[in-house]
Formats: sequence, structure tokens, C-alpha cells
Amino acid sequence: MKKKSSKYNHSVDSEISFTYLVSQKKLTMVAALGVTIGITVYLFMTSMTSGFDRMSNDSIFKSSPQIRLYKDDEMSRPLVPYSDSNKIAAVVNPKVVPQSNRIVNPANIIAILKQQPGVQIATPQVSVSVFYNVGNSLVNGTSSGVEIIEADKMFSIKATMVEGRMEELDQVPNGILLGVGIAAKMSAETGDNITITSSRNVIKVMKVVGLFETHNSALDKTKSYINIGAAQQLLQEGPSYVSDVNIQIADYKKAAAYAAKFSALTGYKAEDWEAANATLTSGAAVRTILLTSISISILLVAGFGIYNILNMTISSKIQEIAILKAMGFRAGDVVKIFVRQAVMIGLIGLVIGLLFTTWLIWKVSHVYVGGDMGYFPIRFEWNLFLRSIALGMGITLLAGYLPARKAAHVDPVSIFRK
Amino acid sequence: MQEDIILQADKITKYFHDPVKFKVLNEISFTINRGEFVTLVGKSGSGKSTLLYILSTMDSQYEGALTIVKDKVTGQKQDSLAVIRNEKIGFVFQFHYLLPEFSCLKNVMLPALRLGNYSRQEIEERAYQKLDLLGLKDQALKPSSKLSGGQQQRVAIARALINDPLIIMGDEPTGNLDSKNADVIFDTFKQLAHEFNQTIIAVTHDNDFAKNSDRTIEMHDGKIISTDKKFD
Repeated sequence: MKKKSSKYNHSVDSEISFTYLVSQKKLTMVAALGVTIGITVYLFMTSMTSGFDRMSNDSIFKSSPQIRLYKDDEMSRPLVPYSDSNKIAAVVNPKVVPQSNRIVNPANIIAILKQQPGVQIATPQVSVSVFYNVGNSLVNGTSSGVEIIEADKMFSIKATMVEGRMEELDQVPNGILLGVGIAAKMSAETGDNITITSSRNVIKVMKVVGLFETHNSALDKTKSYINIGAAQQLLQEGPSYVSDVNIQIADYKKAAAYAAKFSALTGYKAEDWEAANATLTSGAAVRTILLTSISISILLVAGFGIYNILNMTISSKIQEIAILKAMGFRAGDVVKIFVRQAVMIGLIGLVIGLLFTTWLIWKVSHVYVGGDMGYFPIRFEWNLFLRSIALGMGITLLAGYLPARKAAHVDPVSIFRK
Repeated sequence: MQEDIILQADKITKYFHDPVKFKVLNEISFTINRGEFVTLVGKSGSGKSTLLYILSTMDSQYEGALTIVKDKVTGQKQDSLAVIRNEKIGFVFQFHYLLPEFSCLKNVMLPALRLGNYSRQEIEERAYQKLDLLGLKDQALKPSSKLSGGQQQRVAIARALINDPLIIMGDEPTGNLDSKNADVIFDTFKQLAHEFNQTIIAVTHDNDFAKNSDRTIEMHDGKIISTDKKFD
């Protein structure tokens, strides 16, 4: 728009906005404080949400794989439609087709799955319902027959070990890793022999090689890990019997898509962790929406603070804006003057807010809450910091631009003629 | 001698639309030469201020044509008009409209900083010169709000002069001042016109002020009734 470019650019616009900013320190600080509080609440809340999500996912992945491949029960067709009127239609009641729930040729299927892009682990599992024999009484539970090293990569079993060595299970064919809850009921310690009975009435003596504690009492009181071979024996099945294949992929958030793909690929039912734990994941979704909406509203309130203060500044300086326009400041210059003011307020608020939140997160992450949480599940997440900065600056710019545009459209004549 | 025409108004007509359509200016045409000290007089409501704001390029809602030097101003975009005001026109209003947060010196420098034809140091020197011309060099670093009304008005004149404008426009520049300060301002204008060949157009109610200017354009009901009014 300039007719000829000026020889010098004295950035007089920023000089004026800076002078306005300094000459009303109190207002500036109040507006900046609003941004500080908004950013702090937003960043802290989102960090907390993300921490909770991570924690709840971790606890889900302790017991359920990202994707579980198994043979689903098949229902018989309720009615066989028959169009030929000369023949009699057979009506059959729907019922479970009496088939074994085994995966046929598991080695082949695991090999195929492992070749799929994104698949990190595919490992077989045989789940057995068992009774732990405690004197005359029986304690009901489940035993997972696994390849322990692979299973550990998936369920982080080693991290939950409280006694014995997890790796020993690999070397002891009739070894068993017991949850601390069952161990306490059986007064079993590492090295003891215990007896378990399977649902097929096979009784087997097992050697306790270690105890684990997940802090989830339902698991700790029922679950145990044994070798896959021992599990096959308990079910009176041969070495090719596999009930589940557990799959871990690179990005657990894409599990649903992968599950659908694997279902089509193998012909077995592939269930992703979100479908298997819908109660927990829906709870997490509600929590995320709640916290995010609260924190965004607070950020918006901070935006209104800037908007208000700039509006006040502009109303009180309307004559100065008029004279600046009379002296040859363009509409764009006026916008710059006030938007820069907003940006500086936003930056001050942002920097203080980020520092304060950093301190807050550091402090809270050292709070011990106990249970299976341990320390408060919060940590620094740079993408959340970046998102807060972007959102804070975005709201600041908008809150500054709207009043600034109004100021730019001030008609100097109407001001001077009053 | 060939007169050097600096401003030309050609059939300028303007309407007010609120509350009812009303013709404020009716085909105003006149020219102003370089170095002239012209006053616009007339009763209140005669349209003299309205005319001045059109001449100043701040009001662009009119019919007719306005030419400053050989540049046709009518129909230009707002940003180009701003550049014209910045470079070629200086303003003095009834009220000084100095920015109270800035020193007198900074107030004078602002239009030049916007224009950017000189380095900051040169602008500062020039601002000191202008303040010196108006006898305010010793007040330069004071906040503008600390000065007396007459001094503030003189700072405003220094600000109007900083970019060496072609025309200085005044809207009742002495309207808020006592007679002593008004005389100082008047003498300043006269000196600028005669010693520095500065063109000045001022709207005024003050008959003494008008009487002593080079030429007086008198308006009545949106028309010029005399372009060379003589006072008795």
C-alpha cells in the first residue's frame, strides 16, 4: 500500500504500545495474571488428565493385551431359509455350536501376525480355570499358560515381582508365579510346592518360583502364571493347543483398526483392549472431556480479561488514536499498536504461567498417593506445553485483535468534532 | 507573477444524513497558494469545519474533487490518504491532543518516526529545532501533561511542523487559549507564513485572528460568500 518505501523503519508502533503497557502497569499485570492462571490451570489439568489416562491404560495392560485373538463361540443359524416349497424347512434353536475353542495351527498364525507391519509381539497363551488347593478348601482362580519372557514384554510382569525370579519359570517346567493374594491364603512362599486342580479335573503339583503384586486385588487373589506346556497338560491337550494369541502393536491407540484387520486376516475374533475394557475407557473419556472443558473455559476467561483491558485502554485513548490517524498512522499501524500490547501481556502471562506450572507439576509428581498409583501420575509432557502456548497465544491474539480492529476503524473527524 | 497553487477545491459538496439528509457544503470551489495564511470564518453551522476536515483528507465522504499540489486526493484509499497526511499536512486543533505518556520531544518526533525519512538521531535534532523555533527547547524532556495550555498548543504546532508539511491546517487553534497565548500562537503562524513560506489554513471564530491573516474565506449556509473578506 505504501507509495514509496521509507528510508528508515523506526518501529514506532511497538514503541507506542510498549509505552502504553508501561504507563498502566497495574492493568497490564492484572491482565497478565489472568493469562497466568488460565495457562496454569489448562496445562496442569491436561497434564493430569494425560497422567490419569496413562495410569489407567497401564493398569489395563497389566492384565489385558492390546489385541487378543481367540476363537469365538459360534451360534447355530436359527432358521435355515428354504425357498423350495416342495421341501420342508428345518427350524433349529440357536445354540452354541459344540466346537473346540482352539486356534488351529497357532504357529502358522503367529508367524503371519509377526510379519504384519506395526506388530511388536505375538505370543500364544492358554488360559485355564483352576482351583488352588488350600487344605480342604479350594480357591477359584485362573492360570495363564504363557511364554514368560514374551508375556513380560507385554504385561510388565517383572516389575510387579515381589519375591523370587520371574525368569526361573522358563527353567522350571512345573513352576508357577502366584499373585500375593493367593499366596497369602495358601501361606505359600517361593520354593514351596502347591497343588492345583484344573476344570478338566487334572491335579498337578506346582513349584512356586515367585510372587507378584499388581495392587489390583482381584488379580492378586486369583491370577497365576505357568508355562504354556503345563497349561496344556492341565487341559489334557496336546502341544499345538492354543486358546489365545496376544498381540502388541507399536501404537496402542490404533488397536481397534488393527484388530479389524487381524480378524479379516486370520478368520478368528480379534478384540482390542478398548472393546474389552469399555467401562474403563468410557470413564477416561468422560474425565478427559470434563477436565478439558473446565480448563478451556478458564483460558477463555483470561482471554476476556485481555479483551476488557484493551477495550478500556482504547476507550480512554480514543482521542490519541484519532490524532495518530490524523498524523498519518494507518489503520494497520493502530491494529499493530494494540495487538502488540495484547501479545506482550499474553507473553508475560504465558511465561509466568509456564514456570509456575512446571514447579507445580514437579511438586505434585513427588506426592505419594499410595495404592497401585504410587506417586501422583503426572509428568512433563512437551506436546502439552506446546499446545498450551499455542492456545494461550491464539486466545491472546484474538482478544487483542478484536478491540484493535475497532480502534483502527475510529473515524478521527467524529472524535475531533465532539 | 505566476502563483504557485498548493491546494485546489473543485465543486465540493457534502451531505449529512443524520437525522435527515442535509446539504452542508454546496459546490465549494477555491484555490490556495503557497505561503498564504488563510482563515476560514463563518457562523457556527456554516460548514467551515466540515470543509476543513475534507481539505485535511480525513473526511472522504463528499462529491467534487480535491487536489493537493498536482496530486488528486479524491478517491484515494484510506492508507494512501494516511501517507499524504503524514508527509504533507500538519494539524493543530482546538485541543492539543498530545500523548500524555510521552515527553514533549517524543510527541514532536512521532510523525517523523512514522514517516521514516531520517534517522532517529536526525529526527531528534529536527524536533529540538522545531521546539526551539517555538521557544520550548528547555521543556523538551518534560512529560507533555506537565506543561501549561499555551505551551502544549505550541508543542502541538512543533509536532505539526516536524515533517516540513506543505500545509498546516488549524481547527480553531486559539479557541481554548487566553488572549495572551492566542497572540503568541497567532504570531507564530504569521512568522511561519512570511518567513518560512509556510501555507496555513485555519478555521477560526476569532475576528482579530482572521483580520490579521493574509486572506479570509467567509462561509454562510454551506456556501462561500467571500474569498477575500475585508474587516473594517
